[in-house]
Amino acid sequence: MTGGLRGEAVVAGVAEYAPERRYLGPRVMTLEQWGDLAAMALDDAGIPAGDVDGLVCSTVRESDMFVPATIAEYLGWRVDYAERVDLGGATPVGMVWRAAAAIELDLCEVVVCAAPARPTPSLPAHMPRAWSPFGASSAIMGSPQAEFDIPYGNLAQNGGYAMIANRYAAEFGYDPRATAKIAADQRTSACANPDAVFFDTPITIDDVLASKVVADPLHVLEIVMPCAGGAAVVVTSAERARRAGSPHRPVHVVGCGEHLAHKTPTYTPDLVRTPVGHAADRAFAMAGLARHEVDVVEPYDCYTITVLLTIEDSGFCGKGEGMAFVRDHDLTYRGDFPVNTHGGQLGFGQAGLAGGFSQLIEGVRQVRGACGGRQVADCDIAFVTGTGGIMSEQAAVLLRGG
Amino acid sequence: MSTVDKPRPLPIEPTRPFWDALAQHRITIPRCDRCGTWVWYPRPRCPGCLSNELTWTPVTGAGTVHTSTVTRQPIHPAFADETPQVQAIVELDVGVRMTTTLVDVEPRVVEVGTAVEPVFDDGPDGITLLRFRPVRRATDPSVSAGPPSPGRR
Repeated sequence: MTGGLRGEAVVAGVAEYAPERRYLGPRVMTLEQWGDLAAMALDDAGIPAGDVDGLVCSTVRESDMFVPATIAEYLGWRVDYAERVDLGGATPVGMVWRAAAAIELDLCEVVVCAAPARPTPSLPAHMPRAWSPFGASSAIMGSPQAEFDIPYGNLAQNGGYAMIANRYAAEFGYDPRATAKIAADQRTSACANPDAVFFDTPITIDDVLASKVVADPLHVLEIVMPCAGGAAVVVTSAERARRAGSPHRPVHVVGCGEHLAHKTPTYTPDLVRTPVGHAADRAFAMAGLARHEVDVVEPYDCYTITVLLTIEDSGFCGKGEGMAFVRDHDLTYRGDFPVNTHGGQLGFGQAGLAGGFSQLIEGVRQVRGACGGRQVADCDIAFVTGTGGIMSEQAAVLLRGG
Repeated sequence: MSTVDKPRPLPIEPTRPFWDALAQHRITIPRCDRCGTWVWYPRPRCPGCLSNELTWTPVTGAGTVHTSTVTRQPIHPAFADETPQVQAIVELDVGVRMTTTLVDVEPRVVEVGTAVEPVFDDGPDGITLLRFRPVRRATDPSVSAGPPSPGRR
Protein backbone atom coordinates (compact mmCIF):
# COMPACT_ATOMS: atom_id res chain seq x y z
CA MET A 1 0.00 0.00 0.00
CA THR A 2 1.16 3.51 -0.69
CA GLY A 3 -0.21 6.49 1.12
CA GLY A 4 -2.05 6.37 4.39
CA LEU A 5 -0.68 7.43 7.74
CA ARG A 6 3.10 7.79 7.97
CA GLY A 7 3.18 7.37 11.74
CA GLU A 8 4.09 11.00 12.36
CA ALA A 9 1.24 11.60 14.82
CA VAL A 10 1.30 10.35 18.39
CA VAL A 11 -1.19 9.91 21.18
CA ALA A 12 0.60 12.13 23.66
CA GLY A 13 -1.95 12.52 26.43
CA VAL A 14 -4.72 10.38 27.89
CA ALA A 15 -7.29 10.89 30.64
CA GLU A 16 -10.10 8.78 32.00
CA TYR A 17 -12.70 8.98 34.69
CA ALA A 18 -12.61 5.54 36.30
CA PRO A 19 -15.91 3.85 35.42
CA GLU A 20 -18.56 3.74 38.16
CA ARG A 21 -21.58 1.47 38.21
CA ARG A 22 -23.44 3.82 40.53
CA TYR A 23 -22.31 7.39 40.06
CA LEU A 24 -22.82 9.36 43.24
CA GLY A 25 -20.72 12.43 42.44
CA PRO A 26 -21.98 15.83 41.41
CA ARG A 27 -23.94 15.96 38.16
CA VAL A 28 -22.45 18.43 35.75
CA MET A 29 -23.26 19.23 32.14
CA THR A 30 -21.45 17.59 29.24
CA LEU A 31 -19.51 20.71 28.28
CA GLU A 32 -18.07 20.96 31.79
CA GLN A 33 -17.02 17.31 31.64
CA TRP A 34 -15.48 17.94 28.21
CA GLY A 35 -13.35 20.72 29.64
CA ASP A 36 -12.36 18.68 32.67
CA LEU A 37 -11.28 15.65 30.63
CA ALA A 38 -9.49 17.83 28.07
CA ALA A 39 -7.55 19.60 30.81
CA MET A 40 -6.46 16.28 32.29
CA ALA A 41 -5.39 14.86 28.93
CA LEU A 42 -3.46 18.05 28.01
CA ASP A 43 -1.80 17.93 31.41
CA ASP A 44 -0.76 14.32 30.74
CA ALA A 45 0.72 15.43 27.42
CA GLY A 46 2.43 18.47 28.95
CA ILE A 47 0.84 20.74 26.35
CA PRO A 48 -0.82 24.05 27.32
CA ALA A 49 -4.51 24.47 26.48
CA GLY A 50 -3.73 27.55 24.38
CA ASP A 51 -1.89 25.35 21.88
CA VAL A 52 -4.98 23.32 20.98
CA ASP A 53 -5.85 23.90 17.33
CA GLY A 54 -8.10 20.92 16.62
CA LEU A 55 -10.96 19.08 18.27
CA VAL A 56 -12.96 15.96 17.57
CA CYS A 57 -16.22 15.43 19.41
CA SER A 58 -19.36 13.38 19.32
CA THR A 59 -22.59 14.38 21.05
CA VAL A 60 -23.09 16.78 23.92
CA ARG A 61 -26.19 17.08 26.01
CA GLU A 62 -26.42 20.83 25.50
CA SER A 63 -26.76 20.95 21.72
CA ASP A 64 -27.98 18.66 18.97
CA MET A 65 -26.13 20.59 16.30
CA PHE A 66 -23.05 22.79 15.90
CA VAL A 67 -21.31 20.77 18.57
CA PRO A 68 -17.68 21.53 17.59
CA ALA A 69 -18.32 25.28 17.59
CA THR A 70 -20.11 25.01 20.91
CA ILE A 71 -17.13 23.24 22.46
CA ALA A 72 -14.52 25.55 20.90
CA GLU A 73 -16.33 28.60 22.19
CA TYR A 74 -16.89 27.14 25.65
CA LEU A 75 -13.24 26.14 26.07
CA GLY A 76 -11.78 29.24 24.42
CA TRP A 77 -10.13 27.38 21.58
CA ARG A 78 -9.50 28.71 18.06
CA VAL A 79 -9.26 25.57 15.97
CA ASP A 80 -8.28 24.88 12.37
CA TYR A 81 -9.78 21.40 12.38
CA ALA A 82 -13.08 20.42 13.97
CA GLU A 83 -15.11 17.32 13.49
CA ARG A 84 -17.97 15.40 14.97
CA VAL A 85 -17.70 11.64 14.66
CA ASP A 86 -20.84 9.52 14.69
CA LEU A 87 -19.75 5.88 14.69
CA GLY A 88 -21.26 4.54 17.90
CA GLY A 89 -18.73 2.41 19.73
CA ALA A 90 -16.23 2.89 16.91
CA THR A 91 -16.24 6.63 17.55
CA PRO A 92 -13.07 6.88 19.70
CA VAL A 93 -10.93 4.85 17.28
CA GLY A 94 -12.47 6.83 14.42
CA MET A 95 -11.66 10.07 16.24
CA VAL A 96 -8.02 9.21 16.77
CA TRP A 97 -7.19 8.21 13.21
CA ARG A 98 -8.97 11.31 11.90
CA ALA A 99 -6.95 13.47 14.27
CA ALA A 100 -3.73 11.74 13.19
CA ALA A 101 -4.62 12.25 9.52
CA ALA A 102 -5.40 15.93 10.09
CA ILE A 103 -2.02 16.37 11.81
CA GLU A 104 -0.15 14.61 9.00
CA LEU A 105 -1.95 16.85 6.50
CA ASP A 106 -0.57 19.78 8.47
CA LEU A 107 -4.05 21.14 9.08
CA CYS A 108 -3.35 21.42 12.79
CA GLU A 109 -0.89 20.25 15.42
CA VAL A 110 -2.67 19.59 18.74
CA VAL A 111 -6.05 17.82 18.62
CA VAL A 112 -8.20 16.94 21.61
CA CYS A 113 -10.71 14.09 21.27
CA ALA A 114 -13.13 13.43 24.13
CA ALA A 115 -16.22 11.48 25.13
CA PRO A 116 -17.74 12.54 28.46
CA ALA A 117 -20.16 9.98 29.87
CA ARG A 118 -21.13 10.90 33.39
CA PRO A 119 -24.79 11.56 34.21
CA THR A 120 -25.86 15.14 33.64
CA PRO A 121 -28.34 17.12 35.76
CA SER A 122 -31.98 16.05 35.54
CA LEU A 123 -34.06 17.88 32.98
CA PRO A 124 -37.30 19.68 33.84
CA ALA A 125 -40.30 17.53 32.92
CA HIS A 126 -41.27 19.58 29.88
CA MET A 127 -37.84 19.37 28.20
CA PRO A 128 -37.33 16.83 25.41
CA ARG A 129 -35.62 13.67 26.60
CA ALA A 130 -32.11 12.97 25.42
CA TRP A 131 -32.50 9.30 26.30
CA SER A 132 -34.47 7.03 24.01
CA PRO A 133 -36.00 3.69 25.01
CA PHE A 134 -35.15 2.49 21.51
CA GLY A 135 -31.40 2.49 22.19
CA ALA A 136 -29.34 2.89 19.05
CA SER A 137 -32.37 2.17 16.87
CA SER A 138 -34.11 5.15 15.31
CA ALA A 139 -37.85 5.28 15.92
CA ILE A 140 -38.21 8.46 13.89
CA MET A 141 -40.81 8.31 11.11
CA GLY A 142 -39.18 7.49 7.79
CA SER A 143 -36.31 5.63 9.40
CA PRO A 144 -36.15 2.12 7.91
CA GLN A 145 -35.74 0.75 11.43
CA ALA A 146 -38.89 2.50 12.64
CA GLU A 147 -40.88 0.94 9.82
CA PHE A 148 -39.37 -2.49 9.21
CA ASP A 149 -37.49 -3.56 12.35
CA ILE A 150 -38.75 -1.97 15.56
CA PRO A 151 -42.40 -3.05 15.11
CA TYR A 152 -41.19 -6.66 15.38
CA GLY A 153 -39.41 -5.97 18.65
CA ASN A 154 -36.04 -5.89 16.89
CA LEU A 155 -34.32 -2.89 18.43
CA ALA A 156 -31.19 -2.00 20.34
CA GLN A 157 -28.41 -4.57 20.48
CA ASN A 158 -29.04 -7.84 22.31
CA GLY A 159 -31.19 -9.57 19.70
CA GLY A 160 -28.92 -8.61 16.82
CA TYR A 161 -25.74 -9.87 18.47
CA ALA A 162 -27.52 -13.05 19.53
CA MET A 163 -28.64 -13.66 15.95
CA ILE A 164 -25.08 -13.11 14.71
CA ALA A 165 -23.90 -15.68 17.27
CA ASN A 166 -26.49 -18.21 16.14
CA ARG A 167 -25.65 -17.70 12.48
CA TYR A 168 -21.99 -18.25 13.40
CA ALA A 169 -23.02 -21.44 15.19
CA ALA A 170 -24.72 -22.73 12.06
CA GLU A 171 -21.77 -21.94 9.80
CA PHE A 172 -18.82 -22.84 12.02
CA GLY A 173 -20.07 -24.36 15.26
CA TYR A 174 -20.34 -22.74 18.67
CA ASP A 175 -18.62 -23.53 21.93
CA PRO A 176 -20.32 -21.74 24.83
CA ARG A 177 -17.30 -22.47 27.02
CA ALA A 178 -15.04 -20.64 24.58
CA THR A 179 -17.11 -17.46 24.51
CA ALA A 180 -17.50 -17.69 28.28
CA LYS A 181 -13.72 -17.99 28.54
CA ILE A 182 -13.37 -14.62 26.83
CA ALA A 183 -15.40 -13.06 29.66
CA ALA A 184 -13.53 -15.02 32.34
CA ASP A 185 -10.04 -14.26 30.97
CA GLN A 186 -10.85 -10.57 30.61
CA ARG A 187 -12.17 -10.57 34.16
CA THR A 188 -8.81 -11.93 35.33
CA SER A 189 -7.23 -8.85 33.77
CA ALA A 190 -9.90 -6.60 35.32
CA CYS A 191 -8.86 -8.03 38.68
CA ALA A 192 -5.39 -6.61 38.02
CA ASN A 193 -6.80 -3.16 37.19
CA PRO A 194 -7.86 -1.13 40.23
CA ASP A 195 -9.93 1.19 37.98
CA ALA A 196 -12.10 -1.64 36.66
CA VAL A 197 -15.67 -1.85 37.95
CA PHE A 198 -15.14 -5.58 38.46
CA PHE A 199 -11.74 -5.25 40.16
CA ASP A 200 -11.49 -7.94 42.83
CA THR A 201 -14.46 -9.86 41.43
CA PRO A 202 -13.11 -12.87 39.53
CA ILE A 203 -15.42 -15.12 37.55
CA THR A 204 -15.05 -18.57 36.03
CA ILE A 205 -16.32 -20.05 32.79
CA ASP A 206 -18.97 -21.87 34.82
CA ASP A 207 -20.07 -18.61 36.45
CA VAL A 208 -20.63 -17.12 32.99
CA LEU A 209 -22.58 -20.15 31.80
CA ALA A 210 -24.67 -20.14 34.98
CA SER A 211 -25.64 -16.49 34.55
CA LYS A 212 -29.02 -15.54 33.11
CA VAL A 213 -29.59 -15.92 29.38
CA VAL A 214 -30.68 -12.57 27.97
CA ALA A 215 -31.05 -13.57 24.32
CA ASP A 216 -29.99 -17.09 23.36
CA PRO A 217 -27.05 -17.83 23.44
CA LEU A 218 -25.85 -14.66 25.23
CA HIS A 219 -25.53 -14.73 29.01
CA VAL A 220 -25.67 -11.57 31.03
CA LEU A 221 -21.98 -11.95 31.95
CA GLU A 222 -21.16 -11.85 28.22
CA ILE A 223 -22.73 -8.40 27.85
CA VAL A 224 -21.21 -5.07 28.88
CA MET A 225 -22.19 -3.30 32.06
CA PRO A 226 -23.29 0.29 31.40
CA CYS A 227 -21.71 2.76 33.79
CA ALA A 228 -20.61 6.34 34.23
CA GLY A 229 -17.21 7.65 33.14
CA GLY A 230 -15.52 9.58 30.39
CA ALA A 231 -12.27 9.82 28.48
CA ALA A 232 -10.12 12.13 26.40
CA VAL A 233 -6.90 11.90 24.42
CA VAL A 234 -4.51 14.40 22.91
CA VAL A 235 -3.14 13.62 19.47
CA THR A 236 -0.22 15.70 18.23
CA SER A 237 2.82 15.52 16.02
CA ALA A 238 5.77 13.50 17.29
CA GLU A 239 7.83 16.64 17.04
CA ARG A 240 5.39 18.68 19.16
CA ALA A 241 5.25 15.91 21.77
CA ARG A 242 9.04 15.91 22.00
CA ARG A 243 9.08 19.67 22.52
CA ALA A 244 6.54 19.30 25.31
CA GLY A 245 9.13 17.32 27.23
CA SER A 246 6.60 14.59 28.02
CA PRO A 247 7.94 11.84 30.29
CA HIS A 248 5.92 9.27 28.35
CA ARG A 249 7.17 7.07 25.58
CA PRO A 250 5.66 8.43 22.36
CA VAL A 251 2.90 6.20 20.95
CA HIS A 252 2.65 6.58 17.19
CA VAL A 253 -0.53 5.98 15.19
CA VAL A 254 0.98 3.89 12.41
CA GLY A 255 -2.02 2.33 10.70
CA CYS A 256 -5.78 2.68 10.50
CA GLY A 257 -8.82 1.37 8.71
CA GLU A 258 -12.57 1.73 8.87
CA HIS A 259 -15.49 0.01 7.19
CA LEU A 260 -19.26 0.20 7.33
CA ALA A 261 -22.10 -0.83 5.09
CA HIS A 262 -25.23 -1.31 7.16
CA LYS A 263 -27.01 -0.18 10.28
CA THR A 264 -29.30 -3.15 10.94
CA PRO A 265 -27.66 -6.57 10.59
CA THR A 266 -30.69 -7.89 8.69
CA TYR A 267 -29.39 -5.97 5.70
CA THR A 268 -25.71 -6.89 5.80
CA PRO A 269 -24.61 -9.28 3.07
CA ASP A 270 -22.77 -11.49 5.58
CA LEU A 271 -23.55 -11.57 9.29
CA VAL A 272 -20.41 -13.43 10.32
CA ARG A 273 -17.70 -11.85 8.16
CA THR A 274 -17.57 -8.51 9.85
CA PRO A 275 -16.41 -5.06 8.70
CA VAL A 276 -13.37 -5.09 10.97
CA GLY A 277 -11.70 -7.55 8.59
CA HIS A 278 -11.46 -4.93 5.88
CA ALA A 279 -10.43 -2.26 8.42
CA ALA A 280 -7.71 -4.49 9.89
CA ASP A 281 -6.28 -5.45 6.49
CA ARG A 282 -5.95 -1.79 5.64
CA ALA A 283 -4.39 -0.89 8.99
CA PHE A 284 -1.78 -3.66 8.84
CA ALA A 285 -0.89 -2.90 5.23
CA MET A 286 -0.57 0.80 6.03
CA ALA A 287 1.67 0.11 9.03
CA GLY A 288 3.73 -2.50 7.24
CA LEU A 289 3.20 -4.81 10.20
CA ALA A 290 2.29 -8.48 10.43
CA ARG A 291 -0.23 -9.95 12.85
CA HIS A 292 2.44 -11.86 14.75
CA GLU A 293 4.25 -8.61 15.56
CA VAL A 294 1.34 -7.37 17.69
CA ASP A 295 1.99 -7.47 21.45
CA VAL A 296 -1.49 -6.64 22.76
CA VAL A 297 -4.90 -6.87 21.12
CA GLU A 298 -7.54 -4.51 22.50
CA PRO A 299 -10.75 -5.38 20.62
CA TYR A 300 -14.04 -3.64 21.29
CA ASP A 301 -16.07 -6.01 23.45
CA CYS A 302 -19.71 -5.05 23.84
CA TYR A 303 -20.36 -8.83 23.77
CA THR A 304 -18.09 -11.87 23.87
CA ILE A 305 -19.10 -12.74 20.29
CA THR A 306 -17.73 -9.35 19.21
CA VAL A 307 -14.30 -10.30 20.56
CA LEU A 308 -14.39 -13.70 18.91
CA LEU A 309 -15.35 -12.29 15.52
CA THR A 310 -12.82 -9.47 15.81
CA ILE A 311 -9.93 -11.83 16.60
CA GLU A 312 -10.95 -13.98 13.66
CA ASP A 313 -11.79 -11.36 11.07
CA SER A 314 -8.74 -9.26 11.96
CA GLY A 315 -6.66 -12.22 10.88
CA PHE A 316 -5.18 -13.50 14.15
CA CYS A 317 -6.56 -16.93 13.28
CA GLY A 318 -8.39 -18.44 10.34
CA LYS A 319 -12.09 -17.91 9.66
CA GLY A 320 -14.09 -20.33 11.75
CA GLU A 321 -11.14 -21.11 14.02
CA GLY A 322 -11.91 -18.51 16.68
CA MET A 323 -13.47 -20.86 19.22
CA ALA A 324 -10.44 -23.19 19.11
CA PHE A 325 -8.09 -20.21 19.19
CA VAL A 326 -9.73 -18.88 22.36
CA ARG A 327 -9.62 -22.33 23.97
CA ASP A 328 -5.94 -22.75 23.09
CA HIS A 329 -4.67 -19.37 24.27
CA ASP A 330 -4.50 -17.57 27.60
CA LEU A 331 -6.10 -14.20 26.84
CA THR A 332 -5.20 -12.60 30.17
CA TYR A 333 -2.57 -9.89 30.57
CA ARG A 334 -0.09 -12.59 31.62
CA GLY A 335 -1.07 -14.95 28.81
CA ASP A 336 0.39 -15.90 25.44
CA PHE A 337 -2.19 -13.79 23.54
CA PRO A 338 -3.16 -10.83 25.73
CA VAL A 339 -6.61 -9.48 24.86
CA ASN A 340 -8.25 -6.51 26.54
CA THR A 341 -5.61 -6.27 29.21
CA HIS A 342 -7.58 -3.67 31.18
CA GLY A 343 -10.42 -6.13 31.55
CA GLY A 344 -12.20 -5.05 28.41
CA GLN A 345 -15.43 -3.18 28.70
CA LEU A 346 -16.87 -6.43 30.04
CA GLY A 347 -14.61 -6.16 33.07
CA PHE A 348 -13.69 -2.48 33.13
CA GLY A 349 -17.16 -1.09 32.40
CA GLN A 350 -18.77 0.63 29.44
CA ALA A 351 -19.18 4.33 30.05
CA GLY A 352 -21.15 5.28 26.98
CA LEU A 353 -18.94 6.35 24.09
CA ALA A 354 -15.98 6.46 26.47
CA GLY A 355 -16.15 2.65 26.49
CA GLY A 356 -14.38 2.55 23.16
CA PHE A 357 -11.73 4.89 24.51
CA SER A 358 -10.91 2.35 27.23
CA GLN A 359 -9.40 0.02 24.62
CA LEU A 360 -7.48 2.83 22.95
CA ILE A 361 -6.13 4.25 26.20
CA GLU A 362 -5.16 0.79 27.42
CA GLY A 363 -3.24 0.28 24.17
CA VAL A 364 -1.43 3.58 24.74
CA ARG A 365 -0.64 2.73 28.36
CA GLN A 366 0.63 -0.75 27.49
CA VAL A 367 2.96 0.69 24.84
CA ARG A 368 4.08 3.34 27.32
CA GLY A 369 4.85 0.58 29.78
CA ALA A 370 2.61 2.29 32.34
CA CYS A 371 0.24 -0.55 33.25
CA GLY A 372 1.79 -1.56 36.54
CA GLY A 373 0.73 -5.03 37.67
CA ARG A 374 -1.00 -5.86 34.39
CA GLN A 375 1.85 -4.67 32.14
CA VAL A 376 2.62 -6.93 29.20
CA ALA A 377 6.42 -7.27 28.95
CA ASP A 378 8.22 -5.57 26.06
CA CYS A 379 5.01 -4.16 24.62
CA ASP A 380 5.72 -2.19 21.46
CA ILE A 381 2.68 -2.68 19.26
CA ALA A 382 -1.00 -2.54 20.14
CA PHE A 383 -3.93 -3.35 17.85
CA VAL A 384 -7.12 -1.55 18.88
CA THR A 385 -10.59 -1.81 17.38
CA GLY A 386 -13.91 -0.06 17.79
CA THR A 387 -17.35 -1.41 16.97
CA GLY A 388 -20.52 0.59 16.58
CA GLY A 389 -24.11 -0.55 16.34
CA ILE A 390 -24.48 -4.26 15.69
CA MET A 391 -21.18 -5.02 14.01
CA SER A 392 -22.20 -2.13 11.80
CA GLU A 393 -19.33 0.31 11.74
CA GLN A 394 -15.88 -0.84 12.76
CA ALA A 395 -12.52 0.88 12.90
CA ALA A 396 -9.00 -0.29 13.72
CA VAL A 397 -5.73 1.41 14.61
CA LEU A 398 -2.22 0.15 15.17
CA LEU A 399 -0.15 1.92 17.82
CA ARG A 400 3.63 1.62 17.95
CA GLY A 401 6.08 2.81 20.56
CA GLY A 402 8.73 5.28 19.42
CA MET B 1 -51.11 -6.86 27.69
CA SER B 2 -48.56 -4.12 27.66
CA THR B 3 -49.37 -0.75 29.12
CA VAL B 4 -47.09 0.96 26.62
CA ASP B 5 -48.23 1.43 23.04
CA LYS B 6 -46.34 -0.74 20.63
CA PRO B 7 -44.38 1.14 17.99
CA ARG B 8 -46.19 0.51 14.70
CA PRO B 9 -45.06 1.14 11.13
CA LEU B 10 -45.89 4.56 9.76
CA PRO B 11 -45.87 4.04 5.99
CA ILE B 12 -44.40 6.78 3.84
CA GLU B 13 -45.10 7.26 0.19
CA PRO B 14 -42.36 5.00 -1.20
CA THR B 15 -43.32 2.14 1.14
CA ARG B 16 -47.11 2.38 1.18
CA PRO B 17 -47.70 -0.09 -1.69
CA PHE B 18 -46.03 -2.80 0.38
CA TRP B 19 -48.27 -2.20 3.39
CA ASP B 20 -51.38 -1.85 1.23
CA ALA B 21 -50.72 -5.20 -0.42
CA LEU B 22 -49.80 -6.83 2.86
CA ALA B 23 -53.12 -5.77 4.37
CA GLN B 24 -54.68 -7.84 1.57
CA HIS B 25 -52.37 -10.73 2.49
CA ARG B 26 -50.24 -10.30 -0.59
CA ILE B 27 -46.48 -9.75 -0.50
CA THR B 28 -44.90 -7.47 -3.06
CA ILE B 29 -41.23 -6.56 -3.22
CA PRO B 30 -39.69 -3.84 -5.39
CA ARG B 31 -37.45 -5.20 -8.12
CA CYS B 32 -35.09 -3.11 -10.20
CA ASP B 33 -36.02 -2.96 -13.87
CA ARG B 34 -32.45 -2.16 -14.82
CA CYS B 35 -30.27 -4.61 -12.86
CA GLY B 36 -32.79 -7.11 -11.51
CA THR B 37 -31.96 -6.55 -7.84
CA TRP B 38 -34.72 -7.40 -5.39
CA VAL B 39 -34.84 -4.43 -3.04
CA TRP B 40 -35.61 -4.83 0.65
CA TYR B 41 -36.66 -2.69 2.47
CA PRO B 42 -38.61 -0.68 -0.11
CA ARG B 43 -37.03 2.55 -1.28
CA PRO B 44 -37.33 4.59 -4.45
CA ARG B 45 -33.84 3.87 -5.76
CA CYS B 46 -32.14 0.51 -6.23
CA PRO B 47 -29.18 0.02 -3.87
CA GLY B 48 -27.55 -2.04 -6.63
CA CYS B 49 -27.43 0.65 -9.32
CA LEU B 50 -29.38 3.69 -8.04
CA SER B 51 -31.95 3.34 -10.80
CA ASN B 52 -35.33 4.71 -9.82
CA GLU B 53 -37.20 2.37 -12.13
CA LEU B 54 -38.47 -0.34 -9.83
CA THR B 55 -41.52 -2.54 -10.15
CA TRP B 56 -43.57 -3.93 -7.29
CA THR B 57 -43.35 -7.66 -7.87
CA PRO B 58 -45.45 -10.32 -6.14
CA VAL B 59 -43.65 -13.07 -4.22
CA THR B 60 -45.04 -16.07 -2.34
CA GLY B 61 -43.32 -15.28 0.96
CA ALA B 62 -41.67 -18.69 1.04
CA GLY B 63 -38.26 -18.54 2.64
CA THR B 64 -35.86 -19.95 5.19
CA VAL B 65 -34.58 -18.93 8.60
CA HIS B 66 -31.26 -17.11 8.14
CA THR B 67 -30.82 -16.85 11.91
CA SER B 68 -32.93 -16.49 15.02
CA THR B 69 -32.78 -15.90 18.77
CA VAL B 70 -35.09 -15.89 21.74
CA THR B 71 -35.15 -12.58 23.56
CA ARG B 72 -35.88 -13.44 27.17
CA GLN B 73 -35.97 -9.88 28.46
CA PRO B 74 -37.94 -7.17 26.69
CA ILE B 75 -35.55 -4.50 25.49
CA HIS B 76 -38.51 -2.13 25.32
CA PRO B 77 -41.52 -2.21 27.66
CA ALA B 78 -43.96 -2.30 24.75
CA PHE B 79 -42.84 -5.82 23.92
CA ALA B 80 -43.12 -7.22 27.44
CA ASP B 81 -46.29 -9.11 26.48
CA GLU B 82 -44.50 -10.83 23.58
CA THR B 83 -41.51 -11.98 25.67
CA PRO B 84 -40.02 -14.52 25.21
CA GLN B 85 -40.04 -13.62 21.56
CA VAL B 86 -38.45 -15.63 18.74
CA GLN B 87 -36.79 -12.93 16.69
CA ALA B 88 -35.50 -13.90 13.29
CA ILE B 89 -34.01 -12.82 10.04
CA VAL B 90 -35.85 -14.64 7.26
CA GLU B 91 -34.45 -14.91 3.76
CA LEU B 92 -37.16 -15.05 1.11
CA ASP B 93 -36.60 -17.36 -1.82
CA VAL B 94 -35.92 -14.31 -4.01
CA GLY B 95 -32.93 -13.50 -1.77
CA VAL B 96 -34.00 -10.54 0.35
CA ARG B 97 -33.68 -10.73 4.14
CA MET B 98 -36.35 -9.41 6.47
CA THR B 99 -36.57 -8.67 10.16
CA THR B 100 -39.47 -10.61 11.63
CA THR B 101 -40.60 -12.91 14.42
CA LEU B 102 -41.40 -16.60 14.22
CA VAL B 103 -44.78 -17.66 15.53
CA ASP B 104 -46.40 -21.01 16.25
CA VAL B 105 -43.10 -22.22 17.71
CA GLU B 106 -41.77 -23.02 21.15
CA PRO B 107 -39.59 -20.22 22.54
CA ARG B 108 -36.29 -21.61 21.38
CA VAL B 109 -33.79 -20.91 18.64
CA VAL B 110 -35.15 -22.19 15.33
CA GLU B 111 -32.56 -23.95 13.23
CA VAL B 112 -30.91 -22.01 10.43
CA GLY B 113 -32.28 -23.14 7.10
CA THR B 114 -35.73 -24.09 8.41
CA ALA B 115 -38.34 -23.52 5.70
CA VAL B 116 -40.90 -20.90 6.68
CA GLU B 117 -44.14 -19.50 5.33
CA PRO B 118 -45.75 -16.10 5.90
CA VAL B 119 -48.23 -15.33 8.66
CA PHE B 120 -50.27 -12.16 8.15
CA ASP B 121 -50.75 -10.46 11.49
CA ASP B 122 -53.56 -7.94 11.01
CA GLY B 123 -53.63 -5.03 13.44
CA PRO B 124 -56.57 -2.83 14.41
CA ASP B 125 -54.76 0.16 12.91
CA GLY B 126 -55.06 -1.33 9.41
CA ILE B 127 -51.40 -2.32 9.37
CA THR B 128 -50.52 -5.97 8.85
CA LEU B 129 -47.18 -7.25 10.11
CA LEU B 130 -45.40 -10.00 8.22
CA ARG B 131 -44.45 -12.79 10.58
CA PHE B 132 -43.41 -16.31 9.65
CA ARG B 133 -43.83 -19.86 10.90
CA PRO B 134 -42.08 -23.08 10.03
CA VAL B 135 -43.70 -24.97 7.18
CA ARG B 136 -45.57 -27.81 8.81
CA ARG B 137 -44.45 -31.26 7.96
CA ALA B 138 -46.08 -34.21 9.67
CA THR B 139 -42.80 -35.60 11.01
CA ASP B 140 -40.85 -32.43 11.65
CA PRO B 141 -39.88 -32.35 15.34
CA SER B 142 -38.89 -28.67 15.19
CA VAL B 143 -42.51 -27.70 14.66
CA SER B 144 -44.60 -27.82 17.77
CA ALA B 145 -48.15 -27.05 18.58
CA GLY B 146 -47.02 -23.90 20.36
CA PRO B 147 -49.11 -20.87 21.15
CA PRO B 148 -51.00 -19.40 18.21
CA SER B 149 -49.95 -16.24 16.42
CA PRO B 150 -50.28 -13.25 18.69
CA GLY B 151 -53.38 -11.16 18.27
CA ARG B 152 -52.77 -7.47 18.11
CA ARG B 153 -53.11 -5.62 21.40
